[in-house]
Amino acid sequence: MTTIETHAPGATVSPSARTSSVGEWLTTTDHKLIGRSFIGVSLVGLLGGIVVAALLGIERIDAEAAMFDVNAIPQLFSIYRIGLTFIVLIPLLLGVAIAVVPLQLGARSLTFPRLAAAGFWTWFFGSVLVVIAIASNGGPGGGDSRFVRLFLAGMLVVVLGLAAAAGSLATTILTTRAPGMNMRRVPLFSWSALVGSLGLLVVLPALAGALLYTYVDYQYGRAGFGGNVGVNNWIGFGFSQPATFVYAVTAFGFAAEVIAVASGRRLPMRGVVFTGMGLVAISAALGTVIQQPAGISRNISNFSIGDWFSDVLPYAMFNLLPILGGFIVIAVGGLALRGRPKITVPLVFALLGALMVFVGMLANAVYLIGDAQLAGTVFEEGTWLCIVYGAVLSAMGAVTYWGAKLWGRLIPDKLVAPVAILGFIATALAAFPYFVAGFAKQPANASEFDYSGPQNVWNGLSAAGHVLMFLTVVLFVGLALRSFRKGAEAGDDPWDGHTLEWATSSPAPYANFTDVHTVASPEPLLDLKPRRRD
Amino acid sequence: MLALPSAAPPAPKRQTFVGTALGCVAAGSLVGAMLALWMLFRTEAVDSAGQWVPKGIKIPMVPANTILLCFVLILVFAQWTVYAAKNEARSHTALGLALVGIIGAAIVNAQAYIYARMKLPILGKNPTAYNTMFYAITGTFLLLMIIGIGFTLVTAFRYMGGRTSDRELIAAHALYWYFLSALFFAVWFVVYVTK
Repeated sequence: MTTIETHAPGATVSPSARTSSVGEWLTTTDHKLIGRSFIGVSLVGLLGGIVVAALLGIERIDAEAAMFDVNAIPQLFSIYRIGLTFIVLIPLLLGVAIAVVPLQLGARSLTFPRLAAAGFWTWFFGSVLVVIAIASNGGPGGGDSRFVRLFLAGMLVVVLGLAAAAGSLATTILTTRAPGMNMRRVPLFSWSALVGSLGLLVVLPALAGALLYTYVDYQYGRAGFGGNVGVNNWIGFGFSQPATFVYAVTAFGFAAEVIAVASGRRLPMRGVVFTGMGLVAISAALGTVIQQPAGISRNISNFSIGDWFSDVLPYAMFNLLPILGGFIVIAVGGLALRGRPKITVPLVFALLGALMVFVGMLANAVYLIGDAQLAGTVFEEGTWLCIVYGAVLSAMGAVTYWGAKLWGRLIPDKLVAPVAILGFIATALAAFPYFVAGFAKQPANASEFDYSGPQNVWNGLSAAGHVLMFLTVVLFVGLALRSFRKGAEAGDDPWDGHTLEWATSSPAPYANFTDVHTVASPEPLLDLKPRRRD
Repeated sequence: MLALPSAAPPAPKRQTFVGTALGCVAAGSLVGAMLALWMLFRTEAVDSAGQWVPKGIKIPMVPANTILLCFVLILVFAQWTVYAAKNEARSHTALGLALVGIIGAAIVNAQAYIYARMKLPILGKNPTAYNTMFYAITGTFLLLMIIGIGFTLVTAFRYMGGRTSDRELIAAHALYWYFLSALFFAVWFVVYVTK
């Protein structure tokens, strides 16, 4: 058998050398740089979003003391929800996938890399337009009609950009794999990226359709879509559950990937894990586009057979199936971690992130039970926060894990481990008080309310959670920037990985691999390692 | 140092075809969502006001039906290009692509004719949701048509430029027109027939 050195020769042009000029960066087709651009911009957006979230939390501590003008509150809620979903959650996870998936597949580049690059720039400029519009009294419920139009147009641009990048990613996974890598041998994270990007290709265009109608109606007639006040009614599904399950599904893929590596063994029941991730993405995407009310609105004890079909069946299909999918991934991961897993910081990030996303799914199932009387309360915001911040934790873990391959250097475990714990505490603190406040009937998206109970405590705790999350992100970004410039060199395979990305040099060269590898199992590097240990 | 077996670089695996198919999925979701909202508004309008199409507006069915027939022709010619390319009949392939492009342009013209005949105001004293939604959904379809014509032009230029072995692009081109035909059938039935 012919064997090759997996380490790319030193003569290969490094990414940093190739992209030394701004012009080259602007026109790059290197998937690693496109992915890093998505990650970098969305982390900046994350900091802005958390600041707004913290301000809204503080505003809600004392319902009578108004920090902001009453007309500014809807705008702040809009930028908080829309920003953290479309400028942070989707592009952050999409960016990680774009940077990593071709390496995992043994591909030299993305398929249609210019489409992905165009997607990044389209999304970036669309995001700028959206922020400008909302800051200028546009956005849902905004008072300036010019900027409401700009907001709708900007959102359309954002959605198109994200869909373009998702299309490039999905095509890569379906068509550009190493010899021998059939779909059953695709790495776990790449599989989650596939089902996630296919989900995006279903959900985002549906959102674009609603945006198009809303824009044309707002521009010309304002006859059917409720003008500025009605905007959220038509596009709100794009930043609510179950759409967010689709956006966050790669958190499960990352967890499965890192669990397998930490256990040092092949992940058992790969097909079942694939099915679990598929269930999350497909049932949530269908639930989003079908738009059938998927809540149990009547008293369960009085259900007729017809109610089971009209209420329980859609509820189960669009809310319980994703939970089943998430549970499968977590359960199989738990089985794999029996024994003596190697506890690494990416594993901690991955487990805590996937756990929070899963808690968000469970909470959404509770929210939709009519008897709980949670509709219109902040309980939904807590659910959404669990998913968004949980996915952010996963993305931080992914940057810690694959940063070694993208930048060639490691973030020190001792420094970043407390950040992972702090992020988990921040997420729980930001989201869980809203679960309690939801049961106490605190209204959603409102700064003025009056209900029995220590409302200032719940809102104060949540605001503190946002502040801690801000601190988490600042610490993480600071550590990453310092480590990826001056940190310890990672080596080619610092985590004892199983998949092809660890078979090339760190940082990966421009075309990823000097030779094309043949794959004979889902864990090609693990096949070699027992022999090496012997 | 780990070593993996080396291999010859794999041949591209129908990237254009799969990419086009995914683009069709996305466009289907876009138009599907718009049709769903159209039907929702129509039902509400009929239930509340008894009518959906504004008074005095007549939908010209002749050009709408002509578009549908044009799509049948497009399907035949798009499939002909696939067959001709497979049999390396260069002139037939070029003729098929040209006919697809010309009929596509005719469909755009027919849609413009529908706009002219309907005289449906987008702005007026009593604007209705029908007006804006009609222009939004047919305009979106028109955009997909223009993308299709662009696809035909690119395919024709590449083929005529000598890349005659690139049959995958021709197949992807046919797939896109098959998809557009199915999509227009849905638009025709919901927007023009059920009104």
